Amino acid sequence: MTLIAIAFYLMAAVTCISGLLVITAKNPVHSVLWLILAFFSAAGLFILLGAEFLAMLLVVVYVGAVAVLFLFVVMMLDVDFVKLRQGFANYLPIGIAVGAVLLFELIMVSVAVAQKGAAAGNEPQAFTANESNIRMIGHALYSTYIYLFEAAGFVLLVAMVGAIVLTLRTRPNVKRQDIFSQVTRRRDDAVEIVPAKSGEGISE
Amino acid sequence: MTIGLVHYLSVSAILFTIGTLGIFLNRRNVIIILMSIELILLAVNINFVAFSSYLHNVEGQIMAMFVLTVAAAEAAVGLAILVTFFRNRGDIAVDDASMMKG
Repeated sequence: MTLIAIAFYLMAAVTCISGLLVITAKNPVHSVLWLILAFFSAAGLFILLGAEFLAMLLVVVYVGAVAVLFLFVVMMLDVDFVKLRQGFANYLPIGIAVGAVLLFELIMVSVAVAQKGAAAGNEPQAFTANESNIRMIGHALYSTYIYLFEAAGFVLLVAMVGAIVLTLRTRPNVKRQDIFSQVTRRRDDAVEIVPAKSGEGISE
Repeated sequence: MTIGLVHYLSVSAILFTIGTLGIFLNRRNVIIILMSIELILLAVNINFVAFSSYLHNVEGQIMAMFVLTVAAAEAAVGLAILVTFFRNRGDIAVDDASMMKG
């Protein structure tokens, strides 16, 4: 039990500290790297809770896709990031005040729910489950939540189409192959029969 | 020294607060704001998974998967908007973004 406690405190501390460094790092590339570390240690917390499938999903989707997407965009944009940090100190006092109140309220609610709520006194599923995590998720996902699952697919499709439409750029004055006009070209468009007089040829 | 539900909920609360603070502090840098939103959604996911695990009910993990889906879609569309914004203005300072005169 103490080994689990050590693992929990380690991963919780890494998650929180790297989360803090995401928002305070001077260089946005460093922010993205701290974000990757935060997601990675959050995946460790998921494993401690017995949600192995979601932990792997978090690593694959976030570290493998979203963080790389962020990294691409940060490195692609040529922005003066020092100028963007102006006003950091101005908003610090009110930010910390609001954050402290928010944290206090959230932890109060957490303590109340954990002590008096429906889950009070329960063990986490990792110690009690007699069926594998992915099997339970599959049963629920493909039966009860099948329509929601399909809707999630549509959400991803719409996001993909939206991202492509937003970033697609048709630049003028660039010569490209126009396959439609090539395929629909007829003989009459290209060839003209001109009756030529004998001995004179065709002018022009 | 047993780890209970309240520990996970506290981590989630701290992470949520950090995300909110990130939106407050980096008012101009929209990339950091998007990363803060990702942190907030991660906090929500930790909450979902913690309750799912302690209530012995797998539906919380299903919901966390959907949150993950929506977060990925949001990141993709947000970054696409960011690229378009940068292309139009040559800058990503969002605090004086008033092109749409809203």
